[in-house]
Amino acid sequence: MDRIGDYIIPIMIFVIVIFGLIRKVPIFDAFVKGAKDGLAATYSISASLIGLVTAVTMLKSSGALDMIITAVSPLAQAVKIPAQIIPLMILKPISGSGSTAMLTEILSTNGADSFIGRVAAVMAGSTETTFYAIAVYYGAIGIKNIRHTLAAAILADLASMAAAIVTVRFFFGG
Amino acid sequence: MLDYIWGLLMIISVICGAINGKLFDVSQAALDGAANAVQLLIGMLGMMSFWSGLMNISDEGGATALLSKALAPVLSRLFPDYENGGSVMQAICANITANFMGLGNSATPLGIRAMKEMQRLNHGSTSANNSMIRFVVLNTASIQLVPTFVSVIRKNYGARSPLDILPCVFVSSAFGVIVGISCCILFEKRKKHG
Repeated sequence: MDRIGDYIIPIMIFVIVIFGLIRKVPIFDAFVKGAKDGLAATYSISASLIGLVTAVTMLKSSGALDMIITAVSPLAQAVKIPAQIIPLMILKPISGSGSTAMLTEILSTNGADSFIGRVAAVMAGSTETTFYAIAVYYGAIGIKNIRHTLAAAILADLASMAAAIVTVRFFFGG
Repeated sequence: MLDYIWGLLMIISVICGAINGKLFDVSQAALDGAANAVQLLIGMLGMMSFWSGLMNISDEGGATALLSKALAPVLSRLFPDYENGGSVMQAICANITANFMGLGNSATPLGIRAMKEMQRLNHGSTSANNSMIRFVVLNTASIQLVPTFVSVIRKNYGARSPLDILPCVFVSSAFGVIVGISCCILFEKRKKHG
């Protein structure tokens, strides 16, 4: 499984550069333009990320995070979810920066290559900020009655999160 | 919403810090946390912009348009109301493709355009129709070719091979999409019978 991860970046760079040349794209100009957008996107999340990483760091150092994890662990064990993941699962659909902050906390406490670290990363990578997306899309066109949107979206999130645990166990053990 | 969450995190931290006699650690964390966040951001800037640059090359080369065309048959089955809807279908395909390519910045405006097109054919109702719901659910479950953001964070925290989780992310997000769309179909049917 390591192999895929090791090779994907060089392969993608190779394919994209060749593709760009074949399609006669001014590749360096196009790269610079896209890279500027990437810088701007990272910059635009920086203030909220600073706020939320600080809040989560405080939560951790006050002992509150461990208290929450201990409190939910009987329930988490019953459904076979690592208790350390629960705060991320709660934050993920609500806040992008909040879940990023929680992910960094989990990775720094457990290690990026640990079972818990991998599950957290897969969860973060396979779900979206559900409430935000719903608010933006329906807000833009003045829809008031969203019917079964929330139910279906949350069930989809839960399915992805469950799959994250199962797939990490399958591919990496643990 | 975030006002309450952020406020709650801070208030809980201070109260628990006081109870656990860890107020010194909390004040330390407030100072360190902000510095750590900036360090994380600096670590992310390079890789995020490099990747956006690469993705823009493939976008300008027409990869997004090609992919969008390839997805059209699948998506027109998911949105049968707009099968011959021209601009609606185009907007839907463009949004889903942009999401897949990780072009988040252009995905949202494209998605809003798709919603506006659908609302135009919704006769000014304030109630979401089935297609809108399917579309929003597709957008809340993310399928991405390369989960760049998460990989960059993993790299920052010392992952040996940050992209080794790729197959897991792919399977998990695909499963989420399948469950989300299946739920939509079930809810739609229940509504019809009830």
